[in-house]
Amino acid sequence: MRRVWALVWKDLLVEFRGREFLGAMVVFALITIVTLNFAFDLSRGDRAAPGAGGLWIAFLFAGMLGLGRSLAVERDRGTLEGLTLCPVDAGTIFLGKFIANALFIVIVQAVSLPVFYGLYNLPSLNPMVLLIAVTGAVGFAGLGTLFSAVAASSRAREILMPLLLFPLAIPLVIGTVRATTLIFESNSADAWPWFNLLAAFDVIFVTLSYVVFDLVLEE
Amino acid sequence: MMQRKPTDRSDTLVQGLGLLTVAVLTVGIFMAFVYAPTDRDQGEAQRIFYVHVPMAWLAYLAMGVVLVGSVGYMWKRSARMDRLARSSAELGFLFTTLVLITGSLWGRPIWNAWWQWEARLTTTLILWFIFIGYFMVRAYAGDRERGARYAAVLGIIGAIDVPIIHQSVTWWRTLHPEPIVLDTGGPNLPDSMLATLLVCLAGFTLLYGYLMVQKTRIETVRDELAERELASLFEPEVETHDRRPAPVSPKVSGAAED
Repeated sequence: MRRVWALVWKDLLVEFRGREFLGAMVVFALITIVTLNFAFDLSRGDRAAPGAGGLWIAFLFAGMLGLGRSLAVERDRGTLEGLTLCPVDAGTIFLGKFIANALFIVIVQAVSLPVFYGLYNLPSLNPMVLLIAVTGAVGFAGLGTLFSAVAASSRAREILMPLLLFPLAIPLVIGTVRATTLIFESNSADAWPWFNLLAAFDVIFVTLSYVVFDLVLEE
Repeated sequence: MMQRKPTDRSDTLVQGLGLLTVAVLTVGIFMAFVYAPTDRDQGEAQRIFYVHVPMAWLAYLAMGVVLVGSVGYMWKRSARMDRLARSSAELGFLFTTLVLITGSLWGRPIWNAWWQWEARLTTTLILWFIFIGYFMVRAYAGDRERGARYAAVLGIIGAIDVPIIHQSVTWWRTLHPEPIVLDTGGPNLPDSMLATLLVCLAGFTLLYGYLMVQKTRIETVRDELAERELASLFEPEVETHDRRPAPVSPKVSGAAED
């Protein structure tokens, strides 16, 4: 476990020093949230569903932007070899990358949710929304880290990443958007089953990704 | 590596399988158009059911075989398992496309819409995208062995994800006609229709089996060709895994040993 944290710390440190993609992810999420206003008129009418959908589209896109590069930069800088030479197994590398990526998405959410609240006056700072946000981030980061590694050593990696991630992440999209919509409709009690479901998806996706990561990293 | 020549015996078996497939499918098509009664509510449009249901079954069966092949490849790293997975993926993609088309053709007169966002339809559409991703991963990997590993990853995650997607869409919304054959109270279908469906299911499953045999044979030959092409780039003695077609200078060290 200490090795996992060392890898997480390494990613955070690299990001803190180089500021390579966290800034871009945050700005991208914000600009998506702003563009949302022109796609759906959120100033009147039934705003809960389009608001929740747009918010998660923003997280999904911003997350993909960061996750897509998470292993690609390692390969480009030649540090992936260093990483695979570490006396740790592929699963540990996966966990380190996965936790760092999940943290990046949570940071994006931490900035976006207050802005979303300010712009649209939907209850996006409800503690239940925060809980759903973190739970969703974990699932996306799990699948995203795996496919980031697949895309990293392929041609056309920027295109490949969403093609692989989006179809498989649909259960997460459904769960997070439904739960957030219900909370925006001030119906938090009905959102709990969706939270449980999301937690189950997280367990399944992270475990699966952990198990098969070995297949991706072996070079 | 020598090419394994298919013996005459296995050729005869495959031909037999092909003939059986044609026979059962001919009977099935005859039953579907002539023997089975016309549906009271849906009219002639219901007859597409005898093609649509087998296509759906084969789409998911093929994905199941992809899962088996992928897990097998992860376990044993055998090229054979990879060939099984990729042959089945291509057929699965074909049947998934056909189930979407036949479903839309039926939906237009019955639902008055080509498409509904219902659990089984949505899942099948996502399955179609997963198959496309499966081919793209392979094509973009740039290396056969790496392509096989990445495709196995997608084969495993994709196949396990399909029932999860189905469940989550079911909880989201649903509109498809309820399952009638696998109903708990026994099949809720006239015997003649059920018989027709079963014959068609058998016929198309045989077709899948026949196509799988032929497809895996083609893939075997393809693998051998690729290996030969690779081998021809080097002098016969030099055993190496380096793929570069670089002009290898004759190695002195190896020859000196003899």
